[in-house]
Amino acid sequence: MAWIVKNLWLIPALPFLAAGLSALLPQRRRQTAATLAIGSMIGACGLSVWALAHAIKHSAPNAPKEFYNFVWLQFAAGDAGLLQLGWVLDPLAAVMLVMVSFVGLLIFLYSVGYMATDENYTRFFCFMSLFAGAMLGLVLANSLLLLFICWELVGLTSYLLIGFWYPKPAAAAAGKKAFITTRLGDVALLLGMVWLYHETGTLLFYDGGAGCLEQSALAAMVAKTTNIGLAVSTGIGLLIFAGAVGKSGQAPLHVWLPDAMEGPTPVSALIHAATMVAAGVFLVARVYPLMSAPVGDSAGAATALQVVTWVGAITAFFAATIAMAQNDIKRILAYSTISQLGYMMVGLGVGGVAVGMFHLVTHAFFKALLFLGAGSVIHGCHEEQDIRKMGGIRKFMPVTFLAYAVGMMALAGVPFFFSGFWSKDAILHAAHGWPVSAGPFHLAFAGVGLTAFYMTRQMALVFWGRYRGYPASETRVARTPELVRVRAEHEPHESPAVMTLPLVVLALCVVALGGVGTPWAPWFQSFLGAEPAAGFTRDVVQLMVASTLAVFVGVGFGLAFYGYVQRQTAAEPDLLSKALPLGMYDWLAQKYGIDELYELTVIRFNAWAARACAALDQWVWNGVVTCISRGALLLSWVARAVDECALNPGFDRSCDGLRGGGRWLSRLQDGLVQHYLRIMGLGLLAWVLFWIWGGAP
Amino acid sequence: MNRCPVLTLLTLLPLVMGILVAGLRGQARLARQLALGSSLLSLGLMLGLWTAFDAASGELQFVERHEWIAALGVNYFLGVDGLGLLLALLTAVVTPMAMLASWRGGSRLSDAAASPGAGRSTNSPLYFALILFLQSGLFGTFTALNFFHWFLFWELSLIPAFFLIRLWGGPGRVAAANQFFLYTMAGSVALLLAFLALYLATGRFDFPALAELGHRGALAAALSERLGGFGLAAHQLVLVILGGVLFGFAVKVPLMPFHTWLPATYAEAPCGVTMLLTGLMSKMGLYGLIRIFLPLFSVPLGAPPVQNVLLVLAVITIVFSAAAAFAQRDLKRIFAYSSINHLGYCLLAIFAIGRSTTAPEFAVEKAAALNGVFLQMFNHGLTAATLFWCVALIEQRAGGLRGLNDFGGLRKVAPIFCGLMGIALFSSLGLPGLNSFVGEFLIFKGVFPLSPWAAACAVIGLLVTAIFILTIFQRVFHGPVNEKWTKFPDLTPGEIGLLLIPIALMFVLGLYPRLVLDVVNATAVQMVGQFGF
Repeated sequence: MAWIVKNLWLIPALPFLAAGLSALLPQRRRQTAATLAIGSMIGACGLSVWALAHAIKHSAPNAPKEFYNFVWLQFAAGDAGLLQLGWVLDPLAAVMLVMVSFVGLLIFLYSVGYMATDENYTRFFCFMSLFAGAMLGLVLANSLLLLFICWELVGLTSYLLIGFWYPKPAAAAAGKKAFITTRLGDVALLLGMVWLYHETGTLLFYDGGAGCLEQSALAAMVAKTTNIGLAVSTGIGLLIFAGAVGKSGQAPLHVWLPDAMEGPTPVSALIHAATMVAAGVFLVARVYPLMSAPVGDSAGAATALQVVTWVGAITAFFAATIAMAQNDIKRILAYSTISQLGYMMVGLGVGGVAVGMFHLVTHAFFKALLFLGAGSVIHGCHEEQDIRKMGGIRKFMPVTFLAYAVGMMALAGVPFFFSGFWSKDAILHAAHGWPVSAGPFHLAFAGVGLTAFYMTRQMALVFWGRYRGYPASETRVARTPELVRVRAEHEPHESPAVMTLPLVVLALCVVALGGVGTPWAPWFQSFLGAEPAAGFTRDVVQLMVASTLAVFVGVGFGLAFYGYVQRQTAAEPDLLSKALPLGMYDWLAQKYGIDELYELTVIRFNAWAARACAALDQWVWNGVVTCISRGALLLSWVARAVDECALNPGFDRSCDGLRGGGRWLSRLQDGLVQHYLRIMGLGLLAWVLFWIWGGAP
Repeated sequence: MNRCPVLTLLTLLPLVMGILVAGLRGQARLARQLALGSSLLSLGLMLGLWTAFDAASGELQFVERHEWIAALGVNYFLGVDGLGLLLALLTAVVTPMAMLASWRGGSRLSDAAASPGAGRSTNSPLYFALILFLQSGLFGTFTALNFFHWFLFWELSLIPAFFLIRLWGGPGRVAAANQFFLYTMAGSVALLLAFLALYLATGRFDFPALAELGHRGALAAALSERLGGFGLAAHQLVLVILGGVLFGFAVKVPLMPFHTWLPATYAEAPCGVTMLLTGLMSKMGLYGLIRIFLPLFSVPLGAPPVQNVLLVLAVITIVFSAAAAFAQRDLKRIFAYSSINHLGYCLLAIFAIGRSTTAPEFAVEKAAALNGVFLQMFNHGLTAATLFWCVALIEQRAGGLRGLNDFGGLRKVAPIFCGLMGIALFSSLGLPGLNSFVGEFLIFKGVFPLSPWAAACAVIGLLVTAIFILTIFQRVFHGPVNEKWTKFPDLTPGEIGLLLIPIALMFVLGLYPRLVLDVVNATAVQMVGQFGF
């Protein structure tokens, strides 16, 4: 076994170690904490690149997996009772390792600048390292249990980092909401996991033929049917997918992700855009053999994958519509993330692992770039997040502007030079050829236009036009040097190099990454897929033209609404609200009222159930006990009454009788000899009489 | 076989030391130190036993057996297998924690103000003596294998607990102590009656002998032969006896709806005593269920109607208690309900194990569930005791306040305390990497195949637990700092050091559960074999 396979655990261990050490550091050791975190990420990144190189060297279609398993615990007799964990180095894991550690490293660097003035700087790097360790552990896990353990740990760090500014009630509430919403999916995942464990007797993905994703286990699960008519593999697959829905913010569990933007922006970039939220997509990709196991006669696609596709397509479209009407720079990106995660799910559902994963990787880069750019803008605009109060920032922050523009064009799918175009086109192409239904393709295609539109809107409002962030009192035109100086205090400023450098690197990656997966040279698809990718065909070009048109339509509408007629003040209504009929704009701005719906149903039901249980406890159960105890008291009171009124008087009277008798008898014992003699005489007489009348034998 | 009567020593040591400590009337400090020394000695002894125990065997070890009252089948019979050893170790671990939590006597200003004469400080010699008596009763319960003296210890532990609550509790202590005592007493009476019936039918008091009868399915016949005069069929008679035994244990754990004594008792008892109640005394009921109930009634339990009723009760226990915890506003009551919830998973697993099936793959699941129960018992003891300790620390600092809404933003003023209590809270939530997760995972792994619907309903408990744990974290530690508590003192170095011990144990058991599992696994496997369905 190669050294790197055997020691793959070092990759997550390094950040874990950094997290553990910096947890013990006092708050003032800021430099040490940052150095530890970044150093560990450099190490992890180096090892990941090595692992990727190893995986490329040993990649071949249907090559045996390289893994290392060990026994974690024993819970029953024999081999069946051994619970094993392990890690696996396959193309999927290798690609994710490099992506997570590299993007993570850049974001750590950026954080040095972004968090420079925060008082909990040390704690921040501790949590970030903990996250990086857990995320890296998640991607290399060869056991669903180990994956689940890391899955919960990334959830924990997400909770801690969303609530990083915990004195803010909104941040504290958002962290809780994120944890609980994802936990909803996690309990389903837990059930799916124990079910899978029971059916296959192992949670190892690959174990030389005995793993749960390998042929024999899959065949057994496909052949078995549950009571409700689903194949066991479908049931387990759907439960696992429920976990992915929670983590990856798919409808209807997406509500936590926009609120998660309460966290510091590097957190949003790393956890809630590039890596953790993609863990759900990764999970589906990891258990893809299970999800895609063909059951009976379902033509074309397995039931589980059909569900994945539809959920993804609906999410992709509907999140994009919400993004059109948001005004918070980070929330727009959050809805965009939800939408793009939906695309990835569609990619997995219709096109397989390679299609979904390619978009995952390109998205990780361009969305991290966008979030870091947004952070730079927020930082430059004195912590302002409302895009209506921005404008014209292009002039103040040129580097950020250029980098952001690259990210925006990648997200919107502007052709040829940006990786997002290639990965999104691959998804559309696969969806177009999906035999089950054309619905997902239409939803995804419409989403492309919407994406281009809302990103153009954001660009226009943030970077073009006039700066609208001056306070109301400072509307005078700067003529005198004095006024120029006063205004400059309110103006945005470019971020320091430690923040812009990661932006530039990410922007270069976003451009370059497209090269690995174009239809002409589908290296990435061949590397991840089970067989060499099909490559360039005639309908690819047709689709490319169509999607490019959709992008230009979206950009064109965006420019028409926001490019030519610039918003003058922050307060005026959005042009879109007039253009859209029937108050649709308000609907979108309110996110379709889904939060309110949950508030009215789930949360209220939960509170009601809690009160009902408490009341049941207090009044019914406790009431029964109280009744019994009252009954016992009543009984004892009755017993006492009977005692005192019926038994005691009788007893007392017999006592009196006895006492009287005694007194009477004691009178006989008066000490006079003649009385005694008289009694003796009487007794003798009686005895003689008895004798005489036949009492004797 | 070990010649030295080490288990007898283990049981007698706290008893003798307790009498000694109670005698030190004027010297509270010395008494405390002596009591702590005794509990540490017990801990050392237990650790010695732990290493001396042959983990590869599931048999009873360190056995002491002497005839006592031969005519009645009463023997002096001690011994431990993995289960007894584990719980005795838990007793040895939690008792010093409880003593340390009570060390400074706790300040209950608000309480003293509310009812004059109630401000009795918990650092008197008698308090520590009673804790030692309680410990003795617990050691006795977990090592005795003959009903006669097992029942003595079972009751012996009740009496010191009653006085600890009655004398040192909060404002509602009288009612709480009475309810606690009477309720558990009712359970004990039912248990006693059931055992007398069993004795009349079988002539045995030794647990292994009774288990053997249950295993062979000879119980029903014996019962109907000897006690058939009540006009009940054999299986009905068995069910009546089963109900009696179950009631005795169900009150102690507790199983809903026999739990109403618990929230008030846990809330009114001083924190140190609550640690003992939740950490240890609740385990007595589970111990009884595993040691006595399951093997004795394996045949009637296998009947689906009986099993379904019990599983429904267990699911109700899990879900209702979690929901009720969410509705509480007093930290101690929240953790009290949370405790019911966590032990509910153990009940669920125990009842699921009762399923009658001979398929070999289910033997694995049953062993998984049983190992999960063992682990969960130990983990819950550790985690719940730590949480109540944290509440004690809060109470000491806040003058007796412990409401969910009395605080806010404590993380800012007491970051170390927040970090440590946060770890304990997340352990209670079942976060992987910390101790509770492994037990819960094994329980669900075992229960799901045995009874899918029960497992599917019970996961709601996991979800609601997360909700109320995070609500505690949000209300107490997050948000803006409450004006009142800007001077809330963080932990002292001594407190940090002490609290770090259980916290470190949580990490160790979460990452390396073999520490416990390797010792109890053989016992679990053997038990599953002996239940024989």
